[in-house]
Amino acid sequence: MNSKYIARSSAIAARPLGGEMMIMSARDSTLFSLNEVATAIWEAADGTTPLADIVVLRVCAKFEIDPETAYADAEEFVSNLAQHGILLVSDQPIESQEEL
Amino acid sequence: MSLMHEFEKRARQLGIPLSVQLDITWHCNERCVHCYLDHDGVGEMSTAKIKDVIRQLAESGTFFLTVSGGEPLVRRDCFEILGYARSLKFNVKLKTNALKIGPTEAQRLRALGIEQVQISIYSHRAEVHDAITKVPGSLNRSLEAIRFLRAQEIKVSITDVLMSQNLSDAKAVRQLAQDLGVLFEVDPTVTPKLNGDHSIVKLGITGDQLQKVFHTEEFVGNVKEFCAPVPTVDAGVLDDSTCSAGITSCYISPTGDVYPCVQFPLPCGNLRTQSFSEIWRDSRPLREVRSIRVRDLHTCSKCAHIAYCTRCPGLAHMEGDLLGISTADCAKSAARVMDGEPS
Repeated sequence: MNSKYIARSSAIAARPLGGEMMIMSARDSTLFSLNEVATAIWEAADGTTPLADIVVLRVCAKFEIDPETAYADAEEFVSNLAQHGILLVSDQPIESQEEL
Repeated sequence: MSLMHEFEKRARQLGIPLSVQLDITWHCNERCVHCYLDHDGVGEMSTAKIKDVIRQLAESGTFFLTVSGGEPLVRRDCFEILGYARSLKFNVKLKTNALKIGPTEAQRLRALGIEQVQISIYSHRAEVHDAITKVPGSLNRSLEAIRFLRAQEIKVSITDVLMSQNLSDAKAVRQLAQDLGVLFEVDPTVTPKLNGDHSIVKLGITGDQLQKVFHTEEFVGNVKEFCAPVPTVDAGVLDDSTCSAGITSCYISPTGDVYPCVQFPLPCGNLRTQSFSEIWRDSRPLREVRSIRVRDLHTCSKCAHIAYCTRCPGLAHMEGDLLGISTADCAKSAARVMDGEPS
């Protein structure tokens, strides 16, 4: 499995609401609602922790799901958010974008 | 139900102030004839205090933050405030006349990730627009700023407040907005001043003119849908709250006063002496506003138009009765149907 790194984009608005996370892309104003698992991945997207480690540490350790299924779901989720500029994805560590 | 409606519904259930308008100043470099503000106000909050308020709003769950004024960009710390709000991941809209936006400012707004910039344009003709703002050259400067913003791919919305002075130019303003690649909306209501002075209301358009506006596709989209037959009034309608003001949204003045809405001057507390959460949770006026249901409105609850009326509780309050009618909204409801007056 190739290492994949993810980082939260600065071009978003986000706020927790009732156990979920509201996120709006500044690029296209698409609104997302992240459930608890997706929120855990998004919050751990620091650009330096490989996605595989995030899945193991933040998803499998907390939710009852096998690692392969969790990683496949995480990749799909990451790809979807990356299309809207909400997450940055790279095969190299990513410098933080969050300072404005 | 759209995701936005889901968020609104959840915020309502959880008592979260999802949307807040924060005026950082009432000072302005225009003097619009219909403005509801007193520009000579003193005692604005400091930069540090405003940042503290914004931090409190983030902690309270506010997602949509509209920064407005007066003219917010007359404050030298405006970009610092906007940057702080964006660092806390607010969805930020900026209401401005754009007179102080040049290429550099547009670039800075782009870098900050401002969601939208809303600018009032009253006419495509300088002699009409500038007569309303009382600033010669203001139309050209605002339009130039819109082009700078669009060059940065920032979403821009033009709002055209309709008055007898500029009504005949509204279609041309819409065309101008299309040419500039920006959103366009009309605002058919001139509201009283926040200090209770109703003298400016007479600048607004007449009932007949309003009816024509509401039956014009360029302004309302699908006229048949907009002027649809009046829905039946049922128990669900009567049990609804009357508006999101004070329920999932509120307004904060430059001096730190909290109101249910910018056009709802019911003082609920001041942020210099109380925390936002304390005011939001415990304010007696806010609790009263939240307790009002449509069935409590002594006149409107019996009106056939109530199911889709846009009755503004703030305007009703300014007319002297929180449970009474808002004359401007009665006129709007009447204008939206083909042949009817509110019962």
